[in-house]
Amino acid sequence: MLKTTPFHSRTAPLVQGAAWRRWAGYSVASAYELVHDREYAAVRHAAALFDVSPLYKYQIRGRDAVRLLDRMVTRDVTKASVGQVLYTTWCDAHGKVIDDGTVSRLDDQTFRLTAAEPNLRWLGMNSFGLDVAIEDVSEAIGALALQGPLSRAILNRAADREVDSLKYFRVAPNVIAGVPVEISRTGYTGDLGYEIWVPAAQAVPVWDRVVTIGADYGITAAGIWALDLARIEAGLVMLDVDYHSSRRAMIEDQKSSPFELSLGWTVSLAKGPFNGKRALAAERAATPAWRLVGIEVDWDALETLYAAVHLPPSLPSIAWRTSVPIYRGGEQIGYASSGGWSPLLKKYLALAHLRAPHYEPGTGVEIEVTVEHQRRPAAARVATLPFFDPARRKS
Amino acid sequence: MTRPRVGTRRAWDVIVIGGGHNGLVNAAYLSRAGKRVLVLERRPVLGGAAVSEQIYPGFTFSVFSYVVSLLRPEIIRDLDLPRHGLHILPLESTVTPLPDGDYLAGWADPDQTRREIYRHSPRDADTTIEFGRLMYHMAMAVKPILSMIPPDPTSLAPSDLAALVRLGGHFRSLGAERFHALYKLMTMSSADYLDAWFEFEPLKATKSASGIIGTFLGPRSPGSAYVLLHHYMGEIDGAFRAWGFAKGGTGAISNAIADAARAFGTTIRTEAPVARVLVKDGRATGVALESGEEIKAPVVVSGLDPRRTFLELVDPSHLPGDLVDRIRRLKFRGSSGKVNLALAELPNFTCMPGPGPHLRGAFSMSPSFDYLEQAFDDAKYGDFSRRPYMDIVIPSMIDPGMAPPGKHVMSIFVQYAPYHLNGGWTDPKREAFGDAVVDTLAQHAPNLRSSILHRQVLTPVDIERITGLSEGNIFAGELALQQLFFLRPAASWSRYRTPIRGYYQCGAGTHPGGGIMGASGRLAAMAILAD
Repeated sequence: MLKTTPFHSRTAPLVQGAAWRRWAGYSVASAYELVHDREYAAVRHAAALFDVSPLYKYQIRGRDAVRLLDRMVTRDVTKASVGQVLYTTWCDAHGKVIDDGTVSRLDDQTFRLTAAEPNLRWLGMNSFGLDVAIEDVSEAIGALALQGPLSRAILNRAADREVDSLKYFRVAPNVIAGVPVEISRTGYTGDLGYEIWVPAAQAVPVWDRVVTIGADYGITAAGIWALDLARIEAGLVMLDVDYHSSRRAMIEDQKSSPFELSLGWTVSLAKGPFNGKRALAAERAATPAWRLVGIEVDWDALETLYAAVHLPPSLPSIAWRTSVPIYRGGEQIGYASSGGWSPLLKKYLALAHLRAPHYEPGTGVEIEVTVEHQRRPAAARVATLPFFDPARRKS
Repeated sequence: MTRPRVGTRRAWDVIVIGGGHNGLVNAAYLSRAGKRVLVLERRPVLGGAAVSEQIYPGFTFSVFSYVVSLLRPEIIRDLDLPRHGLHILPLESTVTPLPDGDYLAGWADPDQTRREIYRHSPRDADTTIEFGRLMYHMAMAVKPILSMIPPDPTSLAPSDLAALVRLGGHFRSLGAERFHALYKLMTMSSADYLDAWFEFEPLKATKSASGIIGTFLGPRSPGSAYVLLHHYMGEIDGAFRAWGFAKGGTGAISNAIADAARAFGTTIRTEAPVARVLVKDGRATGVALESGEEIKAPVVVSGLDPRRTFLELVDPSHLPGDLVDRIRRLKFRGSSGKVNLALAELPNFTCMPGPGPHLRGAFSMSPSFDYLEQAFDDAKYGDFSRRPYMDIVIPSMIDPGMAPPGKHVMSIFVQYAPYHLNGGWTDPKREAFGDAVVDTLAQHAPNLRSSILHRQVLTPVDIERITGLSEGNIFAGELALQQLFFLRPAASWSRYRTPIRGYYQCGAGTHPGGGIMGASGRLAAMAILAD
């Protein structure tokens, strides 16, 4: 049996179409309603509530907690103040990405790391000789992501202390329904949003409180299908979909550096030694061989391909996660790793890995589409990520 | 169109009269092509009949038009409206309360809808699938026409002939079966058409309702099947549909278009009512505002309806007599009213008690053909319907921003409310009309009356007074067959031009017509740029 999250007693009755999926050994909802349009829309116009408890979470405590994390991840953790959250990658010695996640500084000597994959062994290997205690709190802590323009209004009423003063990528302790929680201004949607970190045993009252208050604001429990569309619009990568952990890669070509994932901004070469620093310093000096970019498919071109077989364009309403070739001048120059129709932007979008020099924004490319069983090239354009970036995300 | 002469600096290339959504679309496209465009709007708010206003503090009403289904996808793309704030939210269900306390519902999920219809009629549950497929093909058959400047079927000009040949080829490609179905749709009443498909009366009546919206027809009037199709077209774009509720109300659509137009360089002036178009030697030279101010431009575009465009903005003596006669005889006959409510609490429907997903969809008061036809009978003889057809949505359930937390707004589209009411519309009659609406609805949601914080009742006369739409016709001229395509608004003048050189029309009174579609504004811009 798969594990269930601390919110399962609340989420399970909401799943109308038995649309469950696996995530890190847990079962979570792909969608709650039979049609997931509304769950997606809630992210962009009201507030969507995601159960993100399956994230791997580690608590790192002790005098050398900063040193451990700073030598492990690519961001400069020494500069993180208490209450700050860093999004970061971490690499192997060759500068290839192992995983990505967040580092939250909860107090002077206490941090929480979130990750897509298990990292206990890697943390242990990096902590040799350091004065730290590493605890896997993945099961002890439940997590909710409340995302959308009205998320702030809901939390201001649902939590004991207002969240107006909580800045982007900051975390602060709070209380919801009498339960001590941490609320961080973070998420995976590129919108205004918060994540609530709650002791697993007291998770249900927190859910109930947020949902009750949220009712007046159109709060909607939302599943992974909605999240996937939102994160593509936000240009956020997903491990095992858009890249592979260097630990799991079977061949060198399956590995990526932060620069190749367009995550060069998370690499601080100014700080002290860290895993992969030398390789990353060398790579920064050169032009990255690959880059992760956005792709916007030309709608008229797509419509023409479908019209040739007397059909209107049809696209799946669920984002895809397969490798799709990208061409330029008849030659394959890369591949898209996830994509979908954006109901908000009314555009067909994809995240793609393109080889130099084809990744400059505005470059005309072709993406393979399958129209009535025939593979066809559709005109598309390289776009800057994120596709959607509302001012409210940071304001 | 004429280019500015070398050495002279003209302020404006184009003046667009009316900041309705078609006028704004027209301006955006012209600005995109590099023209200097000025839009003049009479009211303080932009959008014409697509406006959001706080009639009661804290509560935003989509005062007139309240859902969006027909907005052309190419306009959304060309003007990049999502970047300018257009956000269409799903409106997923329709519930028809029935006299016996039961209901008929249509949901977003096809299996759920099928099971619901099966409950009433197993046969209709099957038929729905086939019917949906046919209507889909019908809408696909008509779709290219929506994006086409109408050719003149009597003309021998090469461009007209080429367009007619293309059109002929298009219809031939439909095949006999679909062509026959299309012919029936163009000529039959929606009741006859639906009778041939379905047996469950409330299902037929609810489907027929979109065939009477905005027209002075009952479900048994020939021609109503076409209006049905016109509304169906909004639903054919599948996952790419633009069908739903605009966040912020329909005014948000107008504002998004206006922002796009401004981004292309359009200047927009509000509270700038135009008195008349200046005409010299058979050509438009600018406009005169009611304030007396005169603004010059070689091209003037009217976004107003044909009656105002041809009979009020210009002196009809500039126009051929037969055109003046045709425009005078155009059918407007506004037949719809609107009631907007600010509510302290959600309505509790006796057929589906308590909160639930049904409150995020539409309610249709359409239990039977007889009910709808009797509502029409009242109007036919000059009265408003005592028991009207209503299409009801609760926008605050879809977009919580429309009302304060926990409070709600309700939009009630009502038919029939004839423009030409016996004895004329008066304040007491307007309130009596509002009472008839609330009474009818309160039979199904008894807590409604006590939860009303504010009531706004709009008759066709109010619609005319506020938006300027003649006789309050929401389509700027009825969608009657004799007023469509190359006859909209008049033969020979269906291609956005007028007999006055430099004077154009871009409103919904031209092809392809009403709804928040924007197609008229776009096609007019193309015609102007081609000249």
